[in-house]
Amino acid sequence: MSDPVHRNQPAQHPGSVGLVEPRTARIDTPLLLDCGRRIDGYELVFETYGELNERADNAVLICHALSGDHHAAGRHRPEDRKPGWWDTAIGPGKPIDTERFFVVCVNNLGGCKGSTGPLSDNPETGRPYGPDFPILTVRDWVNSQHALMRTLGISRWAAVAGGSLGGMQVMQWAISYPEAIAHAVVIAAAPKLSAQNIAFNEVARQAIITDPDFHDGRYAEHGVIPRRGLMLARMLGHITYLSDDAMRAKFGRELRSGRVQYGFDVEFQVESYLRYQGTSFVDRFDANTYLLMTKALDYFDPAAEADDDLATALAPATARFLVVSFTSDWRFSPARSKEIVRALLASGKSVSYAEVEAHQGHDAFLMPIPYYHEILRGYFENIARSLDGETSVMECES
Amino acid sequence: MNRPDWEIVTGWIRAKARVLDLGCGDGALLGHLIARRGVQGVGMEVDDERVARGVAANLNIVQADLDDGISEWFGRQSFDYVVVSQTIQAIRHPERLISEMLDIASEGIVTFPNMGYWRNRWQLGVQGMMPTTKALPNPWYNTPNIHLCTLRDFESLCEGLGIEILDRAVVDQNRQSSPLLRAMPNWFGEHAIYRIRKRVV
Repeated sequence: MSDPVHRNQPAQHPGSVGLVEPRTARIDTPLLLDCGRRIDGYELVFETYGELNERADNAVLICHALSGDHHAAGRHRPEDRKPGWWDTAIGPGKPIDTERFFVVCVNNLGGCKGSTGPLSDNPETGRPYGPDFPILTVRDWVNSQHALMRTLGISRWAAVAGGSLGGMQVMQWAISYPEAIAHAVVIAAAPKLSAQNIAFNEVARQAIITDPDFHDGRYAEHGVIPRRGLMLARMLGHITYLSDDAMRAKFGRELRSGRVQYGFDVEFQVESYLRYQGTSFVDRFDANTYLLMTKALDYFDPAAEADDDLATALAPATARFLVVSFTSDWRFSPARSKEIVRALLASGKSVSYAEVEAHQGHDAFLMPIPYYHEILRGYFENIARSLDGETSVMECES
Repeated sequence: MNRPDWEIVTGWIRAKARVLDLGCGDGALLGHLIARRGVQGVGMEVDDERVARGVAANLNIVQADLDDGISEWFGRQSFDYVVVSQTIQAIRHPERLISEMLDIASEGIVTFPNMGYWRNRWQLGVQGMMPTTKALPNPWYNTPNIHLCTLRDFESLCEGLGIEILDRAVVDQNRQSSPLLRAMPNWFGEHAIYRIRKRVV
């Protein structure tokens, strides 16, 4: 990992970072996990966009959500139908401008896209970990990302940004490594899951675990995958990512064949959509990883170690914060973001908060909604200016 | 071009104070207070475009509707000053907002256009029409200003709420004061600027 600068191919699409290649970092510092177990060494797959400057102070870490990965922007091959998951926001001239920032996105530990996880071989047995992979927390992820940061020659992120579960990692970064993060961008997140959030996760897990092909997580050894369970989990997830309005606008009660069939086959377009989302997910995601990710979500609760006072939990943070929520998001509603903002205000932190009018539900954080992107752009432009050494209004005070 | 009340507001605020600006717009006054007084400032604003401008100006802006109340956002006495500049007349429950702001800060600074200004009285009393002036430019059917008041109205509300008036400044549109204005502020003041706090019982 001696050369942190990654030169991307010329852009194929306007505003795109172009063709990108994932890289792998081998980390040999043992990682002590919250669950008490230890991982002696591990690999993290990541992508970078833009170039690290000489002072190594223009790096931005992007944290991914439940089913995301390291491929946040650009394409792996020219013929790829879709770019990375946050291509709308990352690229030359985009809100997170790769002409000014060196953007890093990591597939989290326990993932299934190349980082060490349930699909990797367990050095103790020589067989894939499967269900034996340790349960991870958001803090474990942040600790592993911190180890990666150092191998890249970066001592402080100009910003750490993420939506949903990614936003939780951003909060944890600000708490765990205050000296290593200048700006925290927390989007469509929550300070902890509600009972309803955990309930949805539990139904998803039960769908996977009770699939006859699950085999206590050792499905790979049986040459099968718990297809049905993982599909149901994803279908359920998708319902919570969209709003009632978005579903109505997208599908209404539209019928595929134009009339009701009085049967249990796919009739309504929304059924067809959910089944498609479910089945296509099965081919690209590992069931054990899905279980791990939902557990990390459930356990996240930084206030729990501070007498349930979020302001106290956030007290160590020195970063400036931008918090963004979306009006139709009912998974992590604006009320949840307000809890974060209130706690930040109460502990005297520097914070801006935008509540974006959007009908797309939780998924809105991935969409190029003009007001949302205007806020991101303005915020990141200020960060870029502060790197250029221009004194800003806020910096006059100190 | 600064608004007529800014210089007086700035003069009343201690250096390095913690300031909350309610209805901060694009944060221009907040930026002015940070530059001139080195305050730690937070602004609250509901309008998307203004919030975006404030964030782009590197200010701390919280997007929220003042009509929903502010007490859920801030702890008691978390600021030295709460400023409500040219905003109180557009609030659904001004009396609630004034009470709430003095819960979260030791002092409040309120500025508003004086409905008792002679041009307003002339247009309403003699011409028989709702006033439109530089300070109140909107026609009656299309105005954000739903709770207009005079100096005496405001002072009587403060009396009723147990609020002490620490300072009062009255200016015309050109930020000028004059003997006439000082003698009959409710007639000749176009803008009122008050510094208030809860009466100590």
